[in-house]
Amino acid sequence: MTPGLAQETVDVDVAVVGAGAMGATVALHLARGGMRTALVDRGEICREASGVNAGTLTLHMTRAALIPYAMKGRELWLTTERWLGMDVVARSAPGLSLAFTPAERDMLEKRAEARTAMGAPIRILTPAEACRIEPGLNASLLAAAFCELDGHVTAYLTGRAYRQALRAAGVAIIERMAVEQIDRLGQGYRVRGARQVVRARRVVLAGGVWLETMLAWLGLRVPVKCLINQLVVTERMRPVMRSVVGIASGLLSLKQFENGTVLIGGGWQGLGDPVRGGVQAVPENLIGNIQLARHAIPALGETRVVRIWLGLESETADAMPMIGALPGLDEAYVIGCVHSGYTSAPYMGRLLADRILGREPEMPLFDPTRLVQAAPNAVEEMT
Amino acid sequence: MSRETDVVVVGGGPAGVEAALAAAAQGLRVTVLDEAPQAGGQVYRAPPHAFGGTIQRDADPIGVALRQRLAASSVVTCFEHAVWSVSPGFRVDALAPDGPASWTARAVVVATGAQERVVPFPGWTRPGVIGLAGTTIMLKSQGMLPGERTLVAGQGPLLLAVAVGILKAGGQVAGVVDLASPADWAREWRALASRPRLTARGAGWRARLLRAGVPFLYRHAVQAVEEVPGGLRVLLTRVDRHGAPTKKVAREYLVDALAVGNGLTASTDITRLLRAAHHYDALRGGWVPTLDAEFRSSLPGLYVAGDAAGLAGADAAVADGILTGLTVARDLGAMTDTAYRGAIGSLRRRARRARSFGTAMARLMAIRPAHVAAIPAETIVCRCEDVTRAEIDAARSEGAQTANQVKAWTRCGMGPCQGRICGDIVGALLAAGEAPREPVGYFTGRTPLRPLPLNLLAGDVEYTSLKLPPPAPL
Ligand SMILES: Cc1cc2nc3c(=O)[nH]c(=O)nc-3n(C[C@H](O)[C@H](O)[C@H](O)COP(=O)(O)OP(=O)(O)OC[C@H]3O[C@@H](n4cnc5c(N)ncnc54)[C@H](O)[C@@H]3O)c2cc1C
Ligand SMILES: Cc1cc2nc3c(=O)[nH]c(=O)nc-3n(C[C@H](O)[C@H](O)[C@H](O)COP(=O)(O)OP(=O)(O)OC[C@H]3O[C@@H](n4cnc5c(N)ncnc54)[C@H](O)[C@@H]3O)c2cc1C
Repeated sequence: MTPGLAQETVDVDVAVVGAGAMGATVALHLARGGMRTALVDRGEICREASGVNAGTLTLHMTRAALIPYAMKGRELWLTTERWLGMDVVARSAPGLSLAFTPAERDMLEKRAEARTAMGAPIRILTPAEACRIEPGLNASLLAAAFCELDGHVTAYLTGRAYRQALRAAGVAIIERMAVEQIDRLGQGYRVRGARQVVRARRVVLAGGVWLETMLAWLGLRVPVKCLINQLVVTERMRPVMRSVVGIASGLLSLKQFENGTVLIGGGWQGLGDPVRGGVQAVPENLIGNIQLARHAIPALGETRVVRIWLGLESETADAMPMIGALPGLDEAYVIGCVHSGYTSAPYMGRLLADRILGREPEMPLFDPTRLVQAAPNAVEEMT
Repeated sequence: MSRETDVVVVGGGPAGVEAALAAAAQGLRVTVLDEAPQAGGQVYRAPPHAFGGTIQRDADPIGVALRQRLAASSVVTCFEHAVWSVSPGFRVDALAPDGPASWTARAVVVATGAQERVVPFPGWTRPGVIGLAGTTIMLKSQGMLPGERTLVAGQGPLLLAVAVGILKAGGQVAGVVDLASPADWAREWRALASRPRLTARGAGWRARLLRAGVPFLYRHAVQAVEEVPGGLRVLLTRVDRHGAPTKKVAREYLVDALAVGNGLTASTDITRLLRAAHHYDALRGGWVPTLDAEFRSSLPGLYVAGDAAGLAGADAAVADGILTGLTVARDLGAMTDTAYRGAIGSLRRRARRARSFGTAMARLMAIRPAHVAAIPAETIVCRCEDVTRAEIDAARSEGAQTANQVKAWTRCGMGPCQGRICGDIVGALLAAGEAPREPVGYFTGRTPLRPLPLNLLAGDVEYTSLKLPPPAPL
C-alpha cells in the first residue's frame, strides 16, 4: 500500500476478485442470495478470456467429464434474458465434428463414444448425412459426429450484460483496480488495491490465468498453465454455413454469425504470457488455422480476414477445474481453470455460490486441494 | 521462407525512402515495402504508369527525383506489398498480388504516414461524399474527379490542395468551406514565413481559386448532406471558434460531390501492434508513438519516421527520414559515432525548421472538441458497422469508459477498417471535451493490418501436408 494515499474502505460479506464470467456469476448469485458483495477487477468486467473467447457452446470440444456441466451452462446461455436481463445473441445450432483421414475417423469415433457415455447426444453420420445438415461442407470428409446441442454466444457482449445485472443486484463493482494483496484479518480478509480496500468476511478468487498469483497471496502454491489462444474473424460474407463445425482433433472451431462474419478458432497458439497478455499472433499459426477452416468449408476462401486476436486460457496440472473451498483457510474459495469454461461458467458460478450460501450444490465441485503443491504457509494474522 | 535483411522500411513515402537511402548509403541491406505501385507516398503519389512504360507526365518533380534516387540505390523495393504483420524480433509479413511473403530484419522503420479523419455529420457515408485526402489520391493516381461540381469542406491545408487539384483537372469547385477563420491562418504566419516556397505555393493556390470565382466560406462546417435528384444537397452552418455550430442552416449547395476532411491522424497500426509506448498529442494528429530525439520507439530496433510519428508534413518527413536512417545505421554498427555526429548537425536544423511549418499545418487540422460534441445523436460514427453516436453515448452511460470496451459493447471499430477511420472520434466522444485521452485509450492494435483475402493467404495445399499441432485433450 502506498503510504499516505487516501484509500476508501468498503465492508462487505464477500469479495470476489476477478470479474470474468466465473467471478461475475458467483458475485451475481451471492448478491441475489442476500450477501453484500463486492466484485473487483483490474480491468473491466469480462474483458479477458470471458469477453474475447469464441463463444462456442459445443459439446464436441468439452472434456468428457465436464459434459453434464456444459449442458447446463449451455441452457443458461440460451436463456440469458431470463436470468441476466439481456440477450447476448446466444443461438442454438447443430454441431458437427469432422474427420478427413482414417486416423481422424478413429479419433472421432473414440471421442464421440466417451462423450456420449457422459450424456452428450452425439452420433456418427455418413458424409452424405453430414452434407445434408451442412451443405457448405467439403464433401471429401470420411465421417462426422453430430450433436444437436451446440450453438454460440456473442462473447464480446458478455461484459455489458453482466454489468447491468450486477448493478441491478446491488453488487459493488470496482473496475480498473488491480488487487495487490489479500491479508487475513481476524475473521475475514482484507483485499487491497491502489484506490480501495475491501474488508470481507469471505473471499472468492476468480482470476483466470492469474489465479496462480492470487493463490500465492493466501500462501498456496498451485501452478496454472497459460494458453495463448488465437481467434480469427472474417469480414461479413454471404451465408456459407449454419452449424458449428470442428474437426476430430479439436483444432478447428467455425461458425457464421447472423451479421455474416465467420469466426475461426481451434486453440492455435500465439505469443504472450500472463504479464503482457496476448501479445502477438504467429503468422504460421494463422495460416495453418485458416487452411484447416477453408478445407472444412471451401467457400471461406472467398472472404477476407479482418482481425486476429488472442485470449488467455488457464489450465491446471490435471487439466480439470478447481472450484471449491481453499484448504487451511476459513471461507476462502477459488473458481477457474475450466475447459470450455465459457459454456459452463453460468452454471459453475451458481454451484459455487450455492456452496458459499450454505446450500447443497446440484453437482459436485472440483476440490482444489489436490492441486496444492507445498503445504500452505500460514498466512500472517493481521488485525 | 523468410528473406533476411538488415532493415525493413514499411512505407515508401518521403520519410521511408529517405530513411532507406540513408541507411543503405552506410552499407546496410535495406528493403522498402509499400502497398502502392510506386514510391512517393501520399504527397508524391505517382500518376498511373503511362502506356507501356514509365513515362510520368504531370508528376511532381520532387517525387520523380525521389523515385530516381531510389532506383539508383542498393535499396531493394517491393511495391504492391501490403504489410499485415510485424512480429517482435523482427519478422515482417506482407501480402503481394501473388501471395504472402516475409522478411526477417534486425531493425524496422515504420514510415506509414497518416490517414484521413472526418468529423461525422448526417449523410457523410453517402456515395458522392469523399475524404479530402482520398480526393488527392483520386486526382493524383487515377486522374479522376470526384464529380463535375464539387464542394470542398473541412479544415487544414488539404482544402486548398484539393480545390486547386480539381480546377487543374478540369473540374468545378462550388466553394471552399473552412472550419478555421482567416485569423486562425494568420496566427501561423511565423511558421509559414519559415517556408517561403510552400507559403508562396499556398498563396498562389488561393489566388487561382479566387480568380476562378470560387467562394471561400470561413468558420463554416457541413451540417448535413441529403441526396436529391441530380446530386447532393449540402447544408452548411456557421461555427464559433471552438468549432461549435449554430443550429441554423447558413447556406445550401447543390453539387454532385462533397470532398470533406478534418485533418489526418498518424498511422500507428504497427507501433500499436508491437505495444510500443504512445501518448496523445492533439496537435500532431492524435495518438502518436513516444520517441526519443533520434526516432527510436520504446521497443529496441523499432524506429518511426514521418507522419507516422505525428503529423509534420512532407518536408519534415524528408529530414526526419534521413536522420532516422542514420540512427539505424549507427545502432546497427554500420556507422561510427563520430561519423554520425558529423552527419546530423545541419540536418537537425533543417528538420526543426521543416517541423515547425508542418506543426503549424497540423494545428489547423487539429480536431475541435466542440465540433465533435455537436455530432447529432443519429449520425453514424463507425461507417463499417453503422454504429451511431447515440449507441456510443448509451454504452458510455451504461458504464463503458474505454475505447476497447465501447467497441465490445457496440461493434464500433470492428469492421474492415478496424477503427482507423472512427478511432479518434470515438476517443473524443468518450473523453467528452477537453478531458485527457489517456484513460479512454485506443483500440488495441492487432493483425492483420490490412484485410487479407483468405484464399491468397492460405495458398494451395493438400490436407495431408498441413502442419497441425497435437490434438486437444479429450
Ligand atoms: C481465445 C479463447 C477462446 C475460447 N473459446 C471458448 C469457447 O468457444 N467456448 C468455451 O466454452 N470456452 C472457451 N474459452 C474458455 C473460456 O473463455 C474461459 O474458460 C472462461 O472465459 C474463463 O473465465 P474466468 O472468469 O475464469 O477467467 P477470465 O475471464 O480470464 O477472468 C479473470 C479476471 O480476473 C481479472 N484479474 C486478473 N488479475 C487481477 C487482479 N490482480 N486484481 C483484480 N482482477 C484481476 C482479469 O482482469 C479478468 O477479468 C476460450 C478461451 C479463449 C482464451
Ligand atoms: C491520403 C493523403 C493525401 C495527402 N495529400 C497531400 C497533398 O496533396 N499534399 C501535401 O502536402 N500533403 C498531403 N498529405 C500529407 C502528406 O502525405 C504527408 O505530410 C507526407 O507525405 C508524409 O510522408 P510520409 O513518408 O511520412 O508518409 P506517406 O507519404 O503517407 O507514405 C506512407 C506510405 O506507407 C505506405 N503504407 C502505409 N501502411 C502500409 C502497410 N501496412 N503496408 C505497406 N505500405 C504501407 C503507404 O502506401 C504510403 O506510400 C496527404 C496525406 C494523406 C494521408
